[in-house]
Amino acid sequence: MRGRGGKEKLFSDRNINLQVRLCCPRRNNRTTQEPTFQYDFPWLASFRVPALPPGVVLGEQPLPPGVPSGSGLEAGPKAASPFYPGCSGGGGDCEARGPSWSWLTRTCGRHTQTWPSHSPKPRSSLGQRRCPPQPGAGPGFPPRSPPLRPAQRWVICSSAAVTSSRCRGSAVPWFLPLGGMEFAELIKTPRVDNVVLHRPFYPAVEGTLCLTGHHLILSSRQDNTEELWLLHSNIDAIDKRFVGSLGTVIIKCKDFRIIQLDIPGMEECLNIASSIETSEWRLSYVNKEFAVCPSYPPIVVVPKSIDDEALRKVATFRHGGRFPVLSYYHKKNGMVIMRSGQPLSGTNGRRCKEDEKLINATLRAGKRGYIIDTRSLNVAQQARAKGGGFEQEAHYPQWRRIHKSIERYHILQESLIKLVEACNDQTHNMDRWLSKLEASNWLTHIKEILTTACLAAQCIDREGASILIHGTEGTDSTLQVTSLAQIILEPRSRTIRGFEALIEREWLQAGHPFQQRCAQSAYCNIKQKWEAPVFLLFLDCVWQILRQFPCSFEFNENFLIMLFEHAYASQFGTFLGNNESERCKLKLQQKTMSLWSWVNRPSELSKFTNPLFEANALVIWPSVAPQSLQLWEGIFLRWNRSSRYLDEAYEEMVNIIEYNKELQAKVNILRRQLAELETEGGPQESP
Amino acid sequence: MEHIRTPKVENVRLADRVTSKKAVVGTLYLTATHVIFVENGPDTRKETWILHSQISTIEKQATTATGCPLLIRCKNFQILQLIIPQERDCHDVYISLIRLARPVKYEELYCFSFNPKLDKEEREQGWMLVDLGEEYKRMGLPNDYWQLSDVNRDYRVCDSYPTELYVPKSATAHIILGSSKFRSRRRFPALSYYYKDNHASICRSSQPLSGFSARCLEDEQMLQAIRKANPGSDFIYVVDTRPKLNAMANRAAGKGYENEDNYSNIKFQFIGIENIHVMRNSLQKMLEVCELKSPSMSDFLWGLENSGWLRHIKAIMDAGIFIAKAVSEEGASVLVHCSDGWDRTAQVCSVASLLLDPHYRTLKGFMVLIEKDWISFGHKFNHRYGILDGDPKEISPVIDQFIECVWQLMERFPCAFEFNERFLIHIQHHIYSCQFGNFLCNSQKERQELQIQERTYSLWAHLWKNRADYLNPLFRADHSQTQGILHLPTTPCNSMYKFWNGMYNRFEKGMQPRQSVTEYLMAVKEETQQLEEELEALEERLEKIQKVQLNHTKVKSKQNEPSKHSGFSTSDNSTANTPQDYSGNMKSFPSRSPSQGDEDSALILTQDNLKSSDPDLSANSDQESGVEDLSCRSPSGGEHAPSEDSGKDRDSDEAVFLTA
Repeated sequence: MRGRGGKEKLFSDRNINLQVRLCCPRRNNRTTQEPTFQYDFPWLASFRVPALPPGVVLGEQPLPPGVPSGSGLEAGPKAASPFYPGCSGGGGDCEARGPSWSWLTRTCGRHTQTWPSHSPKPRSSLGQRRCPPQPGAGPGFPPRSPPLRPAQRWVICSSAAVTSSRCRGSAVPWFLPLGGMEFAELIKTPRVDNVVLHRPFYPAVEGTLCLTGHHLILSSRQDNTEELWLLHSNIDAIDKRFVGSLGTVIIKCKDFRIIQLDIPGMEECLNIASSIETSEWRLSYVNKEFAVCPSYPPIVVVPKSIDDEALRKVATFRHGGRFPVLSYYHKKNGMVIMRSGQPLSGTNGRRCKEDEKLINATLRAGKRGYIIDTRSLNVAQQARAKGGGFEQEAHYPQWRRIHKSIERYHILQESLIKLVEACNDQTHNMDRWLSKLEASNWLTHIKEILTTACLAAQCIDREGASILIHGTEGTDSTLQVTSLAQIILEPRSRTIRGFEALIEREWLQAGHPFQQRCAQSAYCNIKQKWEAPVFLLFLDCVWQILRQFPCSFEFNENFLIMLFEHAYASQFGTFLGNNESERCKLKLQQKTMSLWSWVNRPSELSKFTNPLFEANALVIWPSVAPQSLQLWEGIFLRWNRSSRYLDEAYEEMVNIIEYNKELQAKVNILRRQLAELETEGGPQESP
Repeated sequence: MEHIRTPKVENVRLADRVTSKKAVVGTLYLTATHVIFVENGPDTRKETWILHSQISTIEKQATTATGCPLLIRCKNFQILQLIIPQERDCHDVYISLIRLARPVKYEELYCFSFNPKLDKEEREQGWMLVDLGEEYKRMGLPNDYWQLSDVNRDYRVCDSYPTELYVPKSATAHIILGSSKFRSRRRFPALSYYYKDNHASICRSSQPLSGFSARCLEDEQMLQAIRKANPGSDFIYVVDTRPKLNAMANRAAGKGYENEDNYSNIKFQFIGIENIHVMRNSLQKMLEVCELKSPSMSDFLWGLENSGWLRHIKAIMDAGIFIAKAVSEEGASVLVHCSDGWDRTAQVCSVASLLLDPHYRTLKGFMVLIEKDWISFGHKFNHRYGILDGDPKEISPVIDQFIECVWQLMERFPCAFEFNERFLIHIQHHIYSCQFGNFLCNSQKERQELQIQERTYSLWAHLWKNRADYLNPLFRADHSQTQGILHLPTTPCNSMYKFWNGMYNRFEKGMQPRQSVTEYLMAVKEETQQLEEELEALEERLEKIQKVQLNHTKVKSKQNEPSKHSGFSTSDNSTANTPQDYSGNMKSFPSRSPSQGDEDSALILTQDNLKSSDPDLSANSDQESGVEDLSCRSPSGGEHAPSEDSGKDRDSDEAVFLTA
């Protein structure tokens, strides 16, 4: 079985190590000019995992099956969407068509997501600072290694990033790279073989491409041909193109030279391209003291061209000061998900130039984006009376607005109460059960949230358009959509670490008010209007996707159930408070333990690991048809049924897989032994 | 053939009904047995094959600017919408299909022309695979209480019963004859299942012709005999599976139910399972819900509830549970009947047997169960499933409901069944496909007259041959769930009954889970098996070499040996996880992990395989599904040459692997 086996373990262990170190950047901030950010996680650091011994190189990783060959990228984004709501502004149109699940129809399984993106990315703060082949050091070019088999091509570049001249050092908040967001500074694939260089008036040169901290080098490794040495800083713009699995990167230089590189394998090509691209994003510390937006973390990612002063202005124009920030960067095509609070346009249609500039800054030339408002048009219009509102078409001509309606607050809470009531009622007959389930509307909410998330993912991956998502405050339905879209798009967020990072980033840091929302659950008589099972709905949606893709998640149902439990009642500090600012004031980091430090213990982790997991680099498109959605029995019928038989089945499943692994190990040993014996005994036997 | 007005229509568009994907253009062919749609695609010429016998309804819809739409609904829940450019062609196809879908003679059916290239002997063996005589022996019969009766030899007493029946020893021919005269269609009480452990039994019959006051001494003696055949209990349950109201209405027609006063020591019980007409409408309603274009959650749940389908499933299950409990816990025998004793009775008896006896939860046992309770006891397959053109009011999804009950149980007891969901789906498919002779006619007698066994092939042999595809990877013969009785909780747990998406929407691949745990585990198990074999081979070779080396190195030194041993034990850590070994593995094991694999080649091969192998899954290799189509691994139906199929399948996997 490919992809399973010991290697995964190895990586995750390393990952712990990374996380631990990265989250306390103060220790290593050797190059940081920016102030270090306030929130490190000492309790997390206190959980130590033996680091990899120095000199251990994380070896080759087998090529994920089904990754590049012949992926028809060219067919993808251009295909017209029959579903994609072509509604401009009004939104009424998509309201009618929106809840359809037919967006699925255009999904294309052939699009391969870049695969190793979820493998741990060594960041700058790692102890050993070894560089990949340094061209300056030796005579010309690193010695040629034997041609790599495809299975070995995924060399983990252990510390290339460190040497990158444009690296921001440890100032990059730990959660960004871990969440699968890729900044250009990272060299993911330091070398690729069989790259063909085309230059006008020169014959094509085939050779090995190597990325170093400063240069892009291509050498055929023959004595008489010259090597191409190109300074990264000379790169002005790049274009990517794909024909089948062959990628082409066209590099336009500042000295007006244009060269073309044909790179076999989409994966490599994307990695190379994103490594040499210059970033359009920057980190902003404008919210350092939580002054601009109390519910935002101190560090946010914003377009490079927008300065902090503009951000402050935008904050006054957005609900709760929640100016648009980057939520997710889709490496494959550079499209992004941003989130914010509603614009405070009010009844008189106030506008804010900086706001318009900010979100336009995220668009590539000639591109349009989509604003997904998680409220229906009606609700959004009503919000104007209270000073809120939505982006006016006239002021945001490059953006199309789509309204979806995801419920909030007491409606969700009532839904939960009704559902739990129905589940606990043992007296009713079959019909009453179904109608009670229906009346609770719980699955309707699930469907609505999932549909919106799928739509967002579709915009990004299929339409190749960036999106901005907001509802009213941008702390509830917005986060459901942004985080689910990442589950769909980003393989890394389907791993345990990745999912933890996602929760940390999209829920905790993004300021979902856990304290308020999860104060009470389904039984309490005292109902506060800010209580709502927003997070539970999100977990339920993840479960629905997990059920449809049972092999694509590193974690199992128990992991989700555990998170649900801790969101409502926990001995750890992780879910306390309503936002980062509150958590800071409460000094939770000093006073409490982190849930993750407990969960990531190998003994705990084993309970949450999905034995069926096989890294799936694809975008996964769940079905949102009512037929495909089910009641989450593991949560709602947990105490009303015996799960004995299901548990036994799970055990059986684990046994089958464990036994397979065991055999595999045994066979490997024997093979090795046999090979040794044969070479040893060979000469003796052949007189 | 003479009914085909136009054998080929070009530029037909096959609309994707649920998804709003663009319709694909292709050519429509009508053959004597199939409707075939071949896509025009440049490289993928995907084919959709529909057996005429699968066609349930054909609807000609209003002509539009683009052509004339033809909606074909199939009995296996596939729905095709064809748009034919010319109205005339459309009409021709329509008229032809109407006729082709409703054969009037058995000889027109596919099973009489289907030839899987097996010789006579193999065919005969196929029919021998399921042997009811053996089955009764397995139950422990005949014994002191039960004997094989030849009273129905040549179908003299009851033409819808089999010739070989077990009756209580104390029931004389006179009693049986007398009883048969007092029962609807002369279906007298006969044994369905005998529970060895405590001598309790499940018997079945039709309703008594009691009217308002009639009684029959022999019938009373017959029930007495059944009671006496179970020394462990002093009463028997008589279970009327109809709602009380229906049973009472029957009294007016001179039929009805047993009067507890007339029969000594019976406990009479109604279990309200609705009649075939209610069930037919219920399914119809549920399918309408499935057909809705992008329904909301409420639409779906309301529709599902209003159809009442799951309520009916629950009623059947409840009846089965009641009987299983009576037999196993109270040790009482049960006589089950409904009106004629061939629909609800068959459902209930087989569900109860399934709960009681682990044998029926195995692949072979399940075939036996259907053979026993359905085929031999005269379930009217022809009428219920509209095999020959007949009264549409006779059609009803009776066995479909039983199959669903099994699925609902499988969901509850994932390790208890040897077979998987696909097995059930394929049986359902073939009940309607008429590709095999098993489900023809209304009774054993008719089948004999038609010489089914001489002229057609048996489905059981086909399924048995491909059993590797139908195994539940979680099943283990020594697992606790596979032992004894399946205990369902006594508290009503309605949420236990779920909508069977995998059956009723099985052609909407987009709605199905994209990765299948079963497929995955099957692949793992297959690999495990290969590993076991290799391990053995390796050990053997190692031994040999070591022997040879010993001979060679005898002179050298003896230190070599211990070092080798230590090598064995330490290599555990050093070599187990090296990438080299890992990729080495990949070379020698065509692992078929369902979630991954080499997508492109797998898909192309899928196209190849589908047309011939899998009529029921052919319509949907959804190439854009995010994950490769999983159905490619299932060589089911064995449309043309099942043997060829399975071979081909293996080849293709090999090929997939080689390209990897």
